[in-house]
Amino acid sequence: MRKVIIATALVLLVSVLCFAPARRDAKWAGVDETVVEKFAKEAGRPPREPLINTDQGDLLLFVFLVAGTAGGFVGGYYFRELFPPKHKTGEKGADV
Amino acid sequence: MTRSRLALMAAVALLLIAFPPSASAMHISEGILPAPWAALWFALSVPFLIWGLRDLRVRSQREPMFKSLVGLVGAAVFVISCMPIPVPTAGSCSHPCATGMAAILIGPSLTVVVTSIALLLQALFLAHGGLTTLGADIVSMGVAGAFTGYGAFRLATAIGVPRWTAAFLAGVLSDWATYAVTSFELASALHGNATVGHTFAAVAIAFCPTQIPLGILEGFLTAAACRFIETRRPGLIASLKQPHGGVA
Repeated sequence: MRKVIIATALVLLVSVLCFAPARRDAKWAGVDETVVEKFAKEAGRPPREPLINTDQGDLLLFVFLVAGTAGGFVGGYYFRELFPPKHKTGEKGADV
Repeated sequence: MTRSRLALMAAVALLLIAFPPSASAMHISEGILPAPWAALWFALSVPFLIWGLRDLRVRSQREPMFKSLVGLVGAAVFVISCMPIPVPTAGSCSHPCATGMAAILIGPSLTVVVTSIALLLQALFLAHGGLTTLGADIVSMGVAGAFTGYGAFRLATAIGVPRWTAAFLAGVLSDWATYAVTSFELASALHGNATVGHTFAAVAIAFCPTQIPLGILEGFLTAAACRFIETRRPGLIASLKQPHGGVA
């Protein structure tokens, strides 16, 4: 596990160190904008507005807060059910 | 148990809408594909969905906890496929897909199902992808990503490659397969006067600066996730590799 984390960190670090200076003007747009939509517009098929637009005022922020709080709590509970923490031998509740 | 499952599914649904709509990558937005092409990709995705739902019914009858695992993997697929990662090599953002990891854990057919649910919620609530292009997105991310990742994992383990290396390969190849199929979907529908092959190459090359490093990152993520699960639930991945495997 430690090796995987170190390797991932190294890949990210090398990537940033090698290429970040050349891309200081980057706007970090998604590739759907820079690739998919670019080709679609060139082909005369620009994207349409989404059918449901939830990005209105603070509505989206409110939905994120409620959903994140409730979902995180319940999801975390069942995560522990599926992947219970390891108990040390002799600890209370440990499988002996 | 029924109430538990309902609570888990509700939690997953809540988590699914609790992510910002700024993440964007392989999803083809609303209105980009002409109607006949959109219908074709929908038709192609339907048999895989039926297969996945049947698989879910059979395997959850054998092991009730399996549905909980599917729900959790579905939430992971949604979160990871919504997570924009800046890629300095390209100066743009994209996301991993997590379908390789999901295919290792719950199988490719069920990965199509959870990917479809994630894509549907993203299209409905996050302006990420589209309803008319849902079939195309399911085929590229769900079908191509899942089956490529699963095939890579099984093939690699069959020839004696260590399991974590096989998981790494599954993550890398599932990511690249997803974007290759997205390129083909765009090229086949929007090539205009150019050939499909020429347009496919142009779109695929445009994806490369972002997706090559991101695919490698997804490989590490997949290997790390499999390693974590093997640590917490030893034998789970090995049991799921069987055609009718269940939660250990």
